[in-house]
Amino acid sequence: MTPLKSEHEALGAKMVDFAGWFMPVEYFGMRAENLHVRSKVGLFDVSHMGEVRVRGAKSLETLQWLTTNDVSKLVNGAAQYSLLPNEQGGVVDDIIIYCIEQGRDYLVCVNASNADKDFAWMTANNRGAEIVNESAHWGQIAVQGPSGVELVARVFSDSKNKNAIKEIASFHFAPAEFQGALCYLARTGYTGEDGFEIFVPADKVVALWRALLEKGADLEAKPIGLGARDTLRTEMKYSLYGNEIDDTTNPFEAGLGWVVKLDAKDFIGKAKIAAVKAQGLKHKLVGFRMIDKGIARHHYRVVTIDNREIGKVTSGTVSPTSGETIGIAYIAADFAKVGQEIAIDIRGRAAKAVIVETPFIKKDSLKKKGS
Amino acid sequence: MANYNIPEDNYYTKDHEWAQVDENMCTVGITEYAQDSLGEVVYVELPETGQKVTQGEPFGVVESVKAVSDLVSPVSGTVIEVNEGVLDEPGVINDDAMNEGWLVRIEMDSEKELAILMRAPDYRKLVNK
Repeated sequence: MTPLKSEHEALGAKMVDFAGWFMPVEYFGMRAENLHVRSKVGLFDVSHMGEVRVRGAKSLETLQWLTTNDVSKLVNGAAQYSLLPNEQGGVVDDIIIYCIEQGRDYLVCVNASNADKDFAWMTANNRGAEIVNESAHWGQIAVQGPSGVELVARVFSDSKNKNAIKEIASFHFAPAEFQGALCYLARTGYTGEDGFEIFVPADKVVALWRALLEKGADLEAKPIGLGARDTLRTEMKYSLYGNEIDDTTNPFEAGLGWVVKLDAKDFIGKAKIAAVKAQGLKHKLVGFRMIDKGIARHHYRVVTIDNREIGKVTSGTVSPTSGETIGIAYIAADFAKVGQEIAIDIRGRAAKAVIVETPFIKKDSLKKKGS
Repeated sequence: MANYNIPEDNYYTKDHEWAQVDENMCTVGITEYAQDSLGEVVYVELPETGQKVTQGEPFGVVESVKAVSDLVSPVSGTVIEVNEGVLDEPGVINDDAMNEGWLVRIEMDSEKELAILMRAPDYRKLVNK
């Protein structure tokens, strides 16, 4: 259960069970919440995310073996999007690695629904590091939106120079104190907006949440639920584990080849992942826009106009930002090109759609999801 | 707890539809509680006029960003009118579920079927649980 449960309830959130956590799904309407993050600033309780600490002289060697991206590139204060591959070349989880001390100390942020599985997997494939599940120690609040950086700088200005906070680069992070407790301010996110994800000890989450709301009052800082978090990430075509990626996904088919460094190192499942790439991709993950009415939902079939199955939908929603009905799908490589007309089998009705460029929304302030 | 408009004269179903009866004519919509739970309605699928519907059986679909829900007919009969307005602008259901957001008018086969539907006090208890 999130330490912020009673805060959410007092603020009128609709709560749902998510991966065993009791989390806020909606505060004042998913659509309005999405638009608020794009125009002002939103606070997300993401305390359900898991954190695994990897320490010691063998920490780098262990992480190189466990992940697909090149961890040796990470210097102190840098972060990296990556994958935990399995032996079949599928994906155990998608993660962000934060380098606290190069070669000695890393914090790995993992998905809530996978936290126990990931910890067991990392421990089972450990190459001599000290691996500790710190999920219970950390709460997390994401502050996202055009005013997000200003808000975080204000709240942490007692312990850290405001400009120093604002100068933390994308996919970098820095330690800072809140009421005497060590926090990490990470310039990362899952919305496509600028802002921070704040790692804060669980017993300070409530105080930090209140401070962000209070000092963000004039910036119109508002709490945002998990529902809008999902539409925001869908607008960016960011992958969600369980939808776009799972134990059977090849990272190249998922469009995540840029975090797979085949030439740099050896890692779990490397030969299987490389073989799929060498054979040529059978499917590709694409974004589409509905032409006919209806929402394409997870698992719906993608078909040709003459009803041949050519793929499967992974996510679909109405984009609050553009008003368009959008979706993400795996599609046979022959059809996976921008402008291609396809149809989605929506409960027996072939609804027309067209493959489009992604992200679905264009912004000047767009950040890439790490490198 | 939100304060939903639940008119006394209507009948209600456990699937959160309302039915307003005028002699053998029955106008059907979804309740304020239903539209509030669904959130922004983006798509509605309704039968054609002349189509037969059966009490307790699906006759259409209402879709929001969050979920797809079957519309379950409160009575058996023949659809004599469909609200074209909600097909073009499904958001009307969110704005005014009890009036402008009505869905279909059904000519009932038998008024006896109304006996198993809920009246306002029982429906109020259901949504306030």
